[in-house]
Amino acid sequence: MSAETTLAHAHGAPLTGAEAEAATVKREVRNRWFLLSPAMLIICGIGIMPLAIIIGYSFMEQGNYAGVKWEFTLESWMNLITERDIFDDTLGWNHAHISIMLRSIGLALMTMVTTLIMGFPTAYFITTRPEGQRNFWLFLIALPFFSNLLVRTFSMMLMLRDDGYINNVLLFLGVIDEPMILIYTNTAVAIGLVFTYLPLMVMPLYASMEKLNFNLVEAGYDLYASRFQVLKRVILPSVKPGIIAGCILVFIPAIGAYVTAKILGGGKNLMIGNLIANQFGTSRDWPLGSAISLFMMIVVMIALIVYVRNSLAEQD
Amino acid sequence: MANPRKNKAFNVRYMPGFTPVTMFCLIWLYAPLIIMMVYAFNSERSVTNMHGFSFRWFEQAAKNTQVQDATILSLQIALVATIIATIAATMAALATTRTKPFKGHAAVYAIINQPLMIPEIVTAVGTLVFFGLIKSATGIHGIGFLMMAHTVFCIPFAYMPIRARLENMDLTYEHAAADLYAPPMKRFWRVTFPLMFPGILAGAMLSFVISFDDVIINLLVAGAGETTLPIYMIGTLRRGLTPEVNAISTVLLGVTFIFVVGFFFLTTNKKK
Amino acid sequence: MTSKSSANSSSVAIEVQGLIKTFGTGDASVKALDGVSVSIYENEFFTLLGPSGCGKTTLLRMIAGFEHPTSGHVLLGGDHIGHLPPFMRPVNTVFQNYALFPHMTVGENIGFGLEMLGKDKSEIARKVDQTLAMVRMEEYVNRKTSQLSGGQQQRVALARALAPEPRVLLLDEPLSALDLKLRKEMQIELKRMQHETGITFVFVTHDQEEALTMSDRVAVMKDGLIRQIGAPREIYDHPTERFVAHFIGETNFLEGELHDINGSTGMIKLASGSNVPASLPDEAAAGTVTVVVRPEHALLSTSPDNASLTGEVKTIVYFGTDTHYHLELESGDSFVVRMQNQRDSGTDYQEGSKVGITFKDNAVQVLKD
Repeated sequence: MSAETTLAHAHGAPLTGAEAEAATVKREVRNRWFLLSPAMLIICGIGIMPLAIIIGYSFMEQGNYAGVKWEFTLESWMNLITERDIFDDTLGWNHAHISIMLRSIGLALMTMVTTLIMGFPTAYFITTRPEGQRNFWLFLIALPFFSNLLVRTFSMMLMLRDDGYINNVLLFLGVIDEPMILIYTNTAVAIGLVFTYLPLMVMPLYASMEKLNFNLVEAGYDLYASRFQVLKRVILPSVKPGIIAGCILVFIPAIGAYVTAKILGGGKNLMIGNLIANQFGTSRDWPLGSAISLFMMIVVMIALIVYVRNSLAEQD
Repeated sequence: MANPRKNKAFNVRYMPGFTPVTMFCLIWLYAPLIIMMVYAFNSERSVTNMHGFSFRWFEQAAKNTQVQDATILSLQIALVATIIATIAATMAALATTRTKPFKGHAAVYAIINQPLMIPEIVTAVGTLVFFGLIKSATGIHGIGFLMMAHTVFCIPFAYMPIRARLENMDLTYEHAAADLYAPPMKRFWRVTFPLMFPGILAGAMLSFVISFDDVIINLLVAGAGETTLPIYMIGTLRRGLTPEVNAISTVLLGVTFIFVVGFFFLTTNKKK
Repeated sequence: MTSKSSANSSSVAIEVQGLIKTFGTGDASVKALDGVSVSIYENEFFTLLGPSGCGKTTLLRMIAGFEHPTSGHVLLGGDHIGHLPPFMRPVNTVFQNYALFPHMTVGENIGFGLEMLGKDKSEIARKVDQTLAMVRMEEYVNRKTSQLSGGQQQRVALARALAPEPRVLLLDEPLSALDLKLRKEMQIELKRMQHETGITFVFVTHDQEEALTMSDRVAVMKDGLIRQIGAPREIYDHPTERFVAHFIGETNFLEGELHDINGSTGMIKLASGSNVPASLPDEAAAGTVTVVVRPEHALLSTSPDNASLTGEVKTIVYFGTDTHYHLELESGDSFVVRMQNQRDSGTDYQEGSKVGITFKDNAVQVLKD
């Protein structure tokens, strides 16, 4: 019996099953934390520390050149939406900040809705392809997402410029007589945002549609529903988790968009991301930059809470 | 021939107008990129009027020492970040899939995915300030800081495909190995690792692409003189766009294409 | 060790004593095994039979080492092994889904256990060839496991588990993924291999027919307990509990009065008033009992006069080899009689006929519960 040699270990201390179980569990716990430690140390040390510093800085006074003075103040939080008049020191609304925040939230919501309207049929189209083809179509959607954001934004800039391809084509066709002003407008930023984040909407939508049981659709038609009724009463409810996931995945990066507004907005149509970056750059107001960052985080958190609530409700 | 529409059976999967919308999406996504690539081959210095076909802008970019240096720097960062992130993510994926559910499971997930849950601009300014503090406190400078910043956001991207692979891998393979006298380490290297390797490779490819194509962290966190490719490219904006930028962009798109194809191949081939 | 490997055919291979296994804690805890004790002998084909959730797989996994007992002992050849990890137990498993390593060839799969035991290359090669020959798969040694059919994978899984010559081979519903024809073939193959190797087989199944055809002994399990152990014939002909009688084969249940106990036999007075002889379980006591009669152990007759029971035919179901007669007894109970069909002979009975039922010898078994 060749396997028998291994039994030699059996003659050591005869543990009971329960003791052996406890030892196994202990070993498992030790292994687990050893395996988790590199990722946890890197993310906590380099990913989460910056957030803690940002929170701290938002309650400090602005430094003379840059940085902060170690004194507690709520001024930066006040400066989010208000400003002191330089002459008479009265408190008034900071219209520049308010308009940037409203524009950012508005643009992010617009991007979310537009990508949903465009992404839903696209995800459905991919779902209804034969099984062997689906990955190809999904790849076509995913490829732009992984491409360099700068490259993609440059390419969109070439489309939208006064002498860009869109104007050239429309002039050639005689649709317009003189070039439209597209670049450096809110419209340009909006087009760029949808272009950038469309794949992020399609991917989760597809993931949830792929699980759709088409027997349900057949049952719907069998029970005299029209195409629209089947879409509304059968398909939409089944893919609701995917819709919510897609909306969140688009909303979070869209509200923080920096490159798109910087290049296609031309420094005039700023979004919150640009405002934050400016505080750490030319404006040298780190506490304000930190406060704006946290404000944006709060907006994102609200979106996430809505998402978690919804997905929990789905599970019940 | 009979009218094919007449005999067409009712297609339950069909939705009117969905196909044109899909085509519109794909055109929107690809037309700018394709046109940009076409103009990389322009023989004249124009990005809006095509004159003739040439490789001159590719040659010019390749000979440009600034482009060379920036490319090498970006590749170094991507490589180091990918290696560290993939190892950390592989270990984390093993810890979160190969054990029973444990207290703190949700917290671990949240921490790993933290870089995805926070707008990149916030991470970028926070990291800028944090690194600034460390740099002034220790006097240490260097590209290592940017590499570490990249590693952080690469971890969740490397983690996702590795975890997916492990979750699809039946635990009985490891049970069978244990049953056949393989002690834990041998079991890992002979059975678990070879079986999860496509997932690891997919994770590495994804994090390489994510790091190589990153813009925001580069723009804000890079120290003085650390001119990575995105920083060089955004610098060219001031001088006006030339087909040279189109050429660089075309090469970048090509690199992305290869890696994403590799990623898809690895993650979709696993089911037999 | 040497003292134990002088195996005589009736020495104990695996012994489990008072095994209890609880999963989870507090209110959510589930008792998978509730005090199981059993001895499995050398060179025995032993089957654990029961419905899903009865604890049979947990018991198997505990012998393999994938679970540790909450309390109780597992002994192999007299040594405690309950605390050992699976890779230290000379016990191998054939998994339900085979678990063949997809990144290795057939040969590498079969040699894996020997390699882990540190055998040298030539011995591994020799043993792999020998085992492959035994499962008749010699020409597949360099194939990838994904290129094999279900039945071939089954053979490779068997070869892989047998190659290290384990003291005990554990089989976890290995035939459940095969189609009926292949399953019948593999049943015979398994039995042959058990004879050839002389290794103790512990086989887990929920299929009573499989258990009856292959096993030397069967343990019927329910709710974490072994309800009855015995040879297949004994389990079938003399079930001692309602559950066992019900789970294996078809059965008629009747009420009766037990009297005139004489060792393992006694007399039963049925509701119809007639007395029939019956086999008794241990510790049977006089009084009201439940008895079982297999449908094929009863006979129909057209004259109700000398019959033990009388009733009316309600439904007749033709099965090819035999016919089932569903009757309603005078007491209102239902009763099924199975009679073998003769070629070209019609039947004497129609739905609605009044019939008598007589029992063959030893047809009546008294239950404990």
